[in-house]
Amino acid sequence: MSALEYNGGSVIAMVGKDCVAIASDLRLGTQALGISSNFQRVFPMTDRLYVGLPGLGTDVTTLYERFRYRVNMYTIKEEREINPETFAHMVSSTLYQHRFGPYFIEPVVAGLSKSPTGALKPFIAAMDLIGCINFAKDFVVAGTASSKLYGVAEGLWEPDLEPEDLFETISQTLLNAVDRDAFSGWGAVVHVITKDRVISRTLKARMD
Amino acid sequence: MDNVYRSSGFDFSNSIRNHSLAEKGLPLPKATSTGTTIVGCVFKDGIILGADTRATEGPIVADKNCEKIHYITESIRCCGAGTAADTEFVTATISSNMDLHALSTGRKPRVVTAMTMLKRHLYRHQGQVGAALVLGGVDVTGPQLFTIHPHGSTDKLPYVTMGSGSLAAMAIFESSWQPNMTREHALQLVTTAISAGIFNDLGSGSNVDACIITATGTEMLRNFVKPNERVEKERKYTFRRGATAWKSESIRKLIVNEQVTPVAGEAMDVS
Repeated sequence: MSALEYNGGSVIAMVGKDCVAIASDLRLGTQALGISSNFQRVFPMTDRLYVGLPGLGTDVTTLYERFRYRVNMYTIKEEREINPETFAHMVSSTLYQHRFGPYFIEPVVAGLSKSPTGALKPFIAAMDLIGCINFAKDFVVAGTASSKLYGVAEGLWEPDLEPEDLFETISQTLLNAVDRDAFSGWGAVVHVITKDRVISRTLKARMD
Repeated sequence: MDNVYRSSGFDFSNSIRNHSLAEKGLPLPKATSTGTTIVGCVFKDGIILGADTRATEGPIVADKNCEKIHYITESIRCCGAGTAADTEFVTATISSNMDLHALSTGRKPRVVTAMTMLKRHLYRHQGQVGAALVLGGVDVTGPQLFTIHPHGSTDKLPYVTMGSGSLAAMAIFESSWQPNMTREHALQLVTTAISAGIFNDLGSGSNVDACIITATGTEMLRNFVKPNERVEKERKYTFRRGATAWKSESIRKLIVNEQVTPVAGEAMDVS
């Protein structure tokens, strides 16, 4: 048991057709003892950019506040919204700054990035706890159920899913993976980000 | 909350907390490492670097197609093995410093300069920055090829391998390398060496990346050979819409187009 597993929790993000989805469970525990079934670890940073912070509960809160502050400062100084790519690098360098005394968080970034022509392109990325970025074209996973999520997602994901189909795929992937993980579960939340709306749903899940 | 714009260098503010957590039985988790095969080889007109594209987290394949040949300058590249974040950041830092160095001297920077910057950085951190590198490039003194170990020692050889697949790759070099090879012959040799790593070392896998650096230019051959492509799924696994039961929904509508209509009125006097 490492500090990354102490409070439990998992996050997954997937790419669809002109949309992305990010989902997480809602459990906060101390080892095997459940504490909360409504612990949010996925946060909106801009309209079309979400970040998931699975890992040690105290660092979820610390880093969320830190990123919120830095995104606000960026928006004020640059007079524009931060791009998902830029945000991912900001998260990565923050984590690497703490290379020898890390935050126990493996962040997942999901959003739609605006190209110079104004077109929106899906973007997802995951990082390890010292900020090594994994840019994937399909899906990324993190947290205590990551090994299970890899397997289920590899089987269920397919390219060019419409938002509603992506919702079903990511929900089933998360639900079935966390049911085989003792430290994740106790409810789940899914955000599907499209160009004109963000659909957030809390799922009906096993509560054991 | 403390200042967001911090001084350069590492931040040790979590160390005390993390040590006390470790004492209470929560040890440091593992970071992504690139159990890797990386190689470099001198040929007639320059250098060829090669790498596989697998990143691992313990026994899990974290990334099936990552990039391990990092940009230093236009004519210098660097392959990285070891702790993935360290190879990523150490090469980015030195790439940036090489740019500044080129600007301040007004000359095209040399490979030895990059090598010295890298080994000093690694020696200063006493092996704690876990980057094992193969550095290659062409400068005013000709083709140059180095390996740099995590503690800062360096080698200068005509053919080098590093990472967990280094033995498999070196076996190929030791049996087939010869001086003054042609470009085609050398590229074939590098591909074979990386393939030996991909198929015989569990820490290496997926595709072959190669990079050919000559005095006339640099050619990055991303995914040069893809011997492990996934076949298309025979069935569709999409769920029927409505298969997942949900308890609550909130939809946030976003602005897609906004049109600014100027309000009629007298223009401001700017004379």
